[in-house]
Amino acid sequence: MSDNPKLTRKDFTSDQDVRWCPGCGDYSILANVQRLMPELDIPRENFVFVSGIGCSSRFPYYMNTYGFHTIHGRAPAFATGIKVSHPELSVWVVTGDGDGLSIGGNHLLHAIRRNLDIQLLLFNNRVYGLTKGQYSPTSLAGMKTKSSPVGSIDHPIEPISFALGAGASFVARTVDVDAKHLQEVLRRAQAHRGMSFVEILQNCPVYNDDEWLEVEDRKQRVEAALVLQDGQPLVWGPEDQRRGIRIEDGIPSIVALDPDDDPVSKGIAVHYERHETPAYAFALASFQRPAFPLPLGVFRAVEKPTYEDLLASEVSHSIEKEGPGDLAQLLNSGDTWTVDA
Amino acid sequence: MSKNPEASAEDSVPTTKTVETIARVAIRFTGDSGDGMQLTGTKFTESTALAGNDLATLPDYPAEIRAPAGTLAGVSGFQVHFSSEDIRTPADHPDVLVAFNPAALRANVDDVRPGGMVIINSDSFNTKSLAKAGYSDDPLPDIRQRFKLVEVPLTKLNREATQGLDLSARDADRSKNFFALGIMYWLYNRPMEPTIRWLEKRFKGNVLEANIRVLKAGHAFGETTELFPVSFSVPPAKIQPGTYRNITGNTALAWGVIAAGVQMNRPVFLGAYPITPASDVLHEVARYRNFGVKTMQAEDEIAAISATIGASFSGDLAFTTTSGPGFVLKQEALGLAVMAELPLVVVNIQRSGPSTGMPTKIEQADLLLALHGRNSESPLPVIAANSPGDCFYSVLEATRIAVEYMTPVVLLSDGFLANSAEPWAIPDVDSLVRTEVTFRTNPDDFHPYSRDPDTLARPWAIPGTPGLEHRIGGLSKQNVTGNVSYDPKNNQQMIDLRAEKVARIAASLPPVEVDGPDSGELLVLGWGGTLGAITTAVEEAREAGASVSSAHLRHLNPFPPNLGDVLRSFNQILVPELNSGQLCSLLRSQFLVNAQSMGKVEGQPFQVEELRARIQSMLEQER
Ligand code: SF4
Repeated sequence: MSDNPKLTRKDFTSDQDVRWCPGCGDYSILANVQRLMPELDIPRENFVFVSGIGCSSRFPYYMNTYGFHTIHGRAPAFATGIKVSHPELSVWVVTGDGDGLSIGGNHLLHAIRRNLDIQLLLFNNRVYGLTKGQYSPTSLAGMKTKSSPVGSIDHPIEPISFALGAGASFVARTVDVDAKHLQEVLRRAQAHRGMSFVEILQNCPVYNDDEWLEVEDRKQRVEAALVLQDGQPLVWGPEDQRRGIRIEDGIPSIVALDPDDDPVSKGIAVHYERHETPAYAFALASFQRPAFPLPLGVFRAVEKPTYEDLLASEVSHSIEKEGPGDLAQLLNSGDTWTVDA
Repeated sequence: MSKNPEASAEDSVPTTKTVETIARVAIRFTGDSGDGMQLTGTKFTESTALAGNDLATLPDYPAEIRAPAGTLAGVSGFQVHFSSEDIRTPADHPDVLVAFNPAALRANVDDVRPGGMVIINSDSFNTKSLAKAGYSDDPLPDIRQRFKLVEVPLTKLNREATQGLDLSARDADRSKNFFALGIMYWLYNRPMEPTIRWLEKRFKGNVLEANIRVLKAGHAFGETTELFPVSFSVPPAKIQPGTYRNITGNTALAWGVIAAGVQMNRPVFLGAYPITPASDVLHEVARYRNFGVKTMQAEDEIAAISATIGASFSGDLAFTTTSGPGFVLKQEALGLAVMAELPLVVVNIQRSGPSTGMPTKIEQADLLLALHGRNSESPLPVIAANSPGDCFYSVLEATRIAVEYMTPVVLLSDGFLANSAEPWAIPDVDSLVRTEVTFRTNPDDFHPYSRDPDTLARPWAIPGTPGLEHRIGGLSKQNVTGNVSYDPKNNQQMIDLRAEKVARIAASLPPVEVDGPDSGELLVLGWGGTLGAITTAVEEAREAGASVSSAHLRHLNPFPPNLGDVLRSFNQILVPELNSGQLCSLLRSQFLVNAQSMGKVEGQPFQVEELRARIQSMLEQER
């Protein structure tokens, strides 16, 4: 692979005009993905981007890789067939909160549960963009839209908790405009062997502007975001006003820290991605604004056999045990009889 | 194993009673769905096949796994028709009914040929079970009037035979279907050995011992009892030389899927969601991982076809199997496959509807759905299997079309073909079609929607191939480049091109063959699983002097090129279908012919006699 000529962002940019609204968070995500790809040391022909329907799902058209823009909500199922057929491919699913969690909730659940070695990026803008602004399954209760003129009465679903509940082996959250964090998370997702679920908080300036402003804006983020780092205590806030999070019996609480406090001795939880049970990651996923800072980074990363490996080993074991299939032998198996001429 | 019919007949204990030779017989085994009637029928069929008869079977069972015991709802039946001559249907009326309880008797006895034989388990005829079956009076006096009634105390005899084995009465009673099978083996001089061999593979210990004992005891009972003065022999049929096996449509279909992979030298992917009566195909294919086949039980019907399309995009030979309600769910994804022009085979094993309908019963009413079930103009080839063994060849044909023309193909089977069995001449592997699969590898002047000048197929360019990176999807495509396009003229052109591509398949199809005179008074035209009944009815009518021919369609889109000429060669056209006239309406609109529909949606196959009656009335009208 390393003999390949060095590729650049341009090599991953297709000749199609990008058609998102000006200011859409998708632009930044696209640019960062295109920048990251050459660094992954994977031949360009081995990348496949698969999507469903929605603004985010136009993504594959803009990547100069193999791409399949499929039907609403079903991208994880298409990706499953692609990956199982050719496990050496680097398969990336791009979906949104409506595509992935509403119409496609079932497929997302099962793709995660099967633990295929694919990357799934869920762009969460908490609204339906392409159909012009209806509330989505992640919209906050009370959100006023054309289809909820007096406010949405749906209780929202929390994508990270959904993924954890489905048994995801890798779960992370990042932000559209934070180039460095986004690339770092995606690099980790790609390196993980198994289903990598990445929620990308994405701004839709047209229908749900500034939904994530607190974590997108560099200044506000210090207060609003908790950046997860493996082995580091759950601490955030400006230097002189640090706070930490204690988790007791699964219940998180906020503890104010003096500048020279050692967070660990104050009982602040230390982030650990590889807990055997997802309970800790669930606790993190429950942090919601404004009561808690919003965690960003890798929530959980554990090892689990992948679906395509298990399927391939069924095939190889069967060949070992029974020998390669012989069609004539199959057709003549069991009770047969011969009629002579 | 290879065995000739002569030798296997000798395996049986010779009888000292008179043996009467008959040409054909149809037996129906009936009982509670827990009585093992499907197994009993299948074992009898296997022995009959090994005895060299031509045969056809019809399983008929409730959708509920265990409906309340003793009730009409729980009755399960298996009919086997065998003959020393060529036969193609499971027979309209059984000559012999074996009824394990009053409910089985009540549900089936009116189908029996007048004067036929009715064998009952007399131990199960008591006030309580008669009431459960809805009989207010003892039905047996009336049965005795109409049929040859044979009352066998089956439960008692079976318990006696299993005495001394460490089995509960309940477990012992479970084997009584093998006692009955033993009787039937004696009565029709069938070999017991294939069943014994099967039992030995399947069971061990006391259960094996019990089953073998009662099978032999049933056989010996036939020989000694005065209830059966004679036994019958059905000599082997004169069939084409070759090696045969018994096969059901679903097994043939599964083997077709495996064979397609072997013949095209590509890995097979089959995505499916469990649904009656298609699940057995998934089960069967899943057993043969050593052929490199990958099966995936998906989370739902939509995921099953979506994963299948994904596998096709990646270069696998891709299949998805389902039945009516599942086929409906697959339509949106199927539309994408039409747009993306990817090869895959969608198998719809039709069942009785509408909605959930009667899942285990027979119908062929999804033809228009297959043709027109998707939004907008999205034509695709449709083919239909016409006998259990033909399911094998139909898969190969569907795959050939899919790969040569880069298109999804719908293959229609039905609940009748799926579960019924027939002797099948095992093909020589070298004689099977081999379709060359070529992937595009040359990046020079590559365009995802450039087309082969003859077939109009676009290139199959799979991920992992350097230089062919491209994007496909459901949005309208620019001709040649495949880029997203909203140009009105381009949209018209692409829709026309895809339709033209499907139409061009006709050039690769064999002509429809007419059975009987090429022209004349009446043509009976069918498709799918009704082949046996239609051919039998038309041949019988012709033997009786009628001017009638038959033809059967395998290709329903496009039609074979000579179909119009064939239709116009007859004064009248009758189209029997297990729906309300779907093919008939297509023929009328496409060829402007006065085809007459004969529809039926009772969940049961056509009977030869109803077809003959209609043929006769059409011929009489004319006079
Ligand atoms: S509607 Fe919103 S999400 Fe969609 S492209 Fe426009 S800004 Fe982006």
